[in-house]
Amino acid sequence: MSVRVGVITFPGTLDDVDAARAARYAEAEAVPLWHGDPDLKGVDAVIVPGGFSYGDYLRCGAIARFAPVMGSVIEAAGKGMPVLGICNGFQILCEAGLLPGALIRNSGLHFVCKDQWLKVENNTTAWSSRYEKGAEILVPLKSGEGGYQATQSTVDELEGEGRVVFRYVGDNPNGSRNNIAGITSANGRVVGLMPHPEHAIDALTGPTDDGLGMFLSLMDAVVNA
Amino acid sequence: MARVVVDVMPKPEILDPQGQAVANALPRLGFEGITSVRQGKHFELEVDDSVDDAALEKIAETFLANPVIEDWVVRRVGA
Repeated sequence: MSVRVGVITFPGTLDDVDAARAARYAEAEAVPLWHGDPDLKGVDAVIVPGGFSYGDYLRCGAIARFAPVMGSVIEAAGKGMPVLGICNGFQILCEAGLLPGALIRNSGLHFVCKDQWLKVENNTTAWSSRYEKGAEILVPLKSGEGGYQATQSTVDELEGEGRVVFRYVGDNPNGSRNNIAGITSANGRVVGLMPHPEHAIDALTGPTDDGLGMFLSLMDAVVNA
Repeated sequence: MARVVVDVMPKPEILDPQGQAVANALPRLGFEGITSVRQGKHFELEVDDSVDDAALEKIAETFLANPVIEDWVVRRVGA
C-alpha cells in the first residue's frame, strides 16, 4: 500500500518542497494540499511546513490557523490523523489549539540559523518511534520566533506526561522554556517542533540524515495502524 | 459607527525581548531613568452599531490576542 502524506502550502510557505521530498525519501507519496482548499485528498497524514505564512502578520501562524485547509486538519487530527508541524507549522498548530503553548521572539532577538543538536525525549509518538530514547540528532534550526512559552501548569503537564519530544542540547538557542524544541499531543499523533528535520534527510544536502527518522516513523505509524 | 480600541500586551511573566531591546537602547540615545519597556500592539477598529461587546471580546480573545502569552483590553472611544 502507498502511504499518502499531505504537505500544505500557504502564501509565504517556504519548506513545502523539502517536506514533500522528505516524505518521498521515506517512500511515501507526497500530496500537495492548498491553503484555500479544505479537501485533504484522502491523505493518511499531514505535514504543516515552515516558512512565513501570511507574512507572519499579527502573530506567526495566527492567520494561517483560519485557512480553509486547517479546519479539515483540525477535524482529522481529532480523529487521530498524524500531523507534523515544523517551524512555522509548529506555530500554526499552537495557534490552532492542536498543541499547547505559543512561540515568541527569540530571547537573543536575532534570527537563529545553525545546525542544532537535539535530544530525543519521547520515542513513542507517531513521528519519533524510529529513534532511541535519549539519542542526539543534528538538524538545522532557522527561526526568529522559536521561544517556546506556556503557563507553568502547562509546562508541568507536558513534562509530567512525557510530552516533550525533543529538547535542545547545549546552550538554549532561543529562550524556550525547559529547552523545549518539540512537543506532542496527549495521544502522540500530533507533533510540532521548531528545528527542521526535513532539511536533514541526506548528507548530500543537509548536515546529517538524522531527520529522516521522523518520516520513517510516520510510515510505521500508518502501516501498523 | 464607533471606534473601538484593542490594546494587546505580553503578559507580565512572559519575556519581552523587543521591549528589553528598546529599554537597552534608550541610555545609548542619552535618555536616562527609564527602567523598563514593554512592547505591545494597538488596534483601532471602525465598528457598526450592530456589533455588541460580546462579539468584540470574542474578536480580541480568539484572534487579535493569544491568551497563552498576551493580555488585552477592549474599549469604545469617542462615541
